[in-house]
Amino acid sequence: MEVRQEKRGLVEFKDDKVFTWPTLVAKEFLAAIFVTVGLLFYSYYVDAPLRELSDPGQAENPAKAPWYFLGLQEALVYFDPWFAGVVLPGIIILGLILIPYLDNNPKGNGYYTFKERKFAVTTFVFGYVFWYVLIYIGTALRGPFWAFFWPWEKWTHDFPTPLPMHDLPLSLGIILMGVFYFAGLTLPALVKRDFFMKLGVIRYSLTMGLLLTMIGTVIKMVFRLAFNVKYIIATPWINI
Amino acid sequence: MKVIPDLFKKITDSEIWKSVFRHGYTDTPRNRALQIISNVWLHLHPAKVREHGTKIRFTWCMGGITFFVFLFETITGILLMFYYVPDVNRAYADIVDLMYVVPFGRFLRNSHRWGAHAMVITVSIHMFRVFLTGSYKPPRQFNWVVGVILLVLTFLLSFTGYLLPWDQLGYWAITVGTNMARATPFLGHEGPFSYILGMRPDNDIRFALLGGTAIEAPALLRAYVWHCIGIPMVAAALMMVHFWRVRKDGGISGPL
Repeated sequence: MEVRQEKRGLVEFKDDKVFTWPTLVAKEFLAAIFVTVGLLFYSYYVDAPLRELSDPGQAENPAKAPWYFLGLQEALVYFDPWFAGVVLPGIIILGLILIPYLDNNPKGNGYYTFKERKFAVTTFVFGYVFWYVLIYIGTALRGPFWAFFWPWEKWTHDFPTPLPMHDLPLSLGIILMGVFYFAGLTLPALVKRDFFMKLGVIRYSLTMGLLLTMIGTVIKMVFRLAFNVKYIIATPWINI
Repeated sequence: MKVIPDLFKKITDSEIWKSVFRHGYTDTPRNRALQIISNVWLHLHPAKVREHGTKIRFTWCMGGITFFVFLFETITGILLMFYYVPDVNRAYADIVDLMYVVPFGRFLRNSHRWGAHAMVITVSIHMFRVFLTGSYKPPRQFNWVVGVILLVLTFLLSFTGYLLPWDQLGYWAITVGTNMARATPFLGHEGPFSYILGMRPDNDIRFALLGGTAIEAPALLRAYVWHCIGIPMVAAALMMVHFWRVRKDGGISGPL
């Protein structure tokens, strides 16, 4: 079969089609059986959790969201609820939705490759792994009062008092944040000129804005853990 | 003895048989195609697919498994609905009954619960695979968007189900989760800039989610209705779009 492609003229199009029945359907059927058997076996041997009747006067400690949201709950350690619980997931969803419109690299469409899309794969895999690392910490390493416990430590209510935290001065915070985003937006454009040119200014700004926010989230965590910084920017209205 | 082959022929040649099965099963290309095309369930597939798309090492089978687990959850969920009433005075007792009294009730509830976790895992692995194969690239951009919404709906499905046992685990998990809504900028009464819209505990977005200022009877009913009817219907509609678009955007992705 021949397919006309713009600019490149005629190219050979390899017709590797096979009949869906039975090639694909058989595999789907087997997958369905394996999943069913696996789920039923697991359900036979492992009981779903059920605690005591709910009691609004008796708070669980720690009270944990379902595991897939524990990354966000873990982010609550480092950020105020409006960011960790609302804006951050909002940005993540928006960023995911934007991916196909931001990534205009024509290569790597429909096959596995790292070489041809290093930036995209690295960024996504980092975010994906980071999400699950936070979930792991929130699930396994957080005990009563959301205190940190290593896997080999026993959860107790007797843990050292956390060190006092301080805010950065407002002016320093604003300067740091401004420099971070300004440098993050301009430097890559200057150093990797072709990266900027290929994306164009709108795609580039959105891509880097999202990437910087992801990196910034990590940096804020480091600030908190290493320097006991509570807020980078602290105002009466909003704290970051 | 030709009795059995004769009988078999008599049955398959009969009007009744032919009204149900439109074609034979002899292994011919035509029958292989008809097997898909003439079957309302299977014709979700094209009659022929590109060979790499049938390889488990390419698709990991995760999208299909996610859909299958959704069906699994629908069936077990319907069965659970026979035994469960979303009333704060009954809900917990109904779950305890399921665990200790209803025949196979424990097994039923376990499989629904673990299926829900499985679906969250498989859908996120599916997204990972689709990203790594660059399958969101033109012409499939929009289907990725639909997929992201389905991912969020999967989380919400699982989340709304979490409250239903009305035990300490679900109650406090939903407390933690919905307390976030309090902090929504502009729309939550503890969120930044909420004074602009005059948000109070009894009119903000958390109030809308819970149907009250605390997790009480209306919240349980809302979680139940969203879990059993609202979100599954939206998700099913979007799944139709998702699968339809896989076909319309050129079938399973692959090297050009």
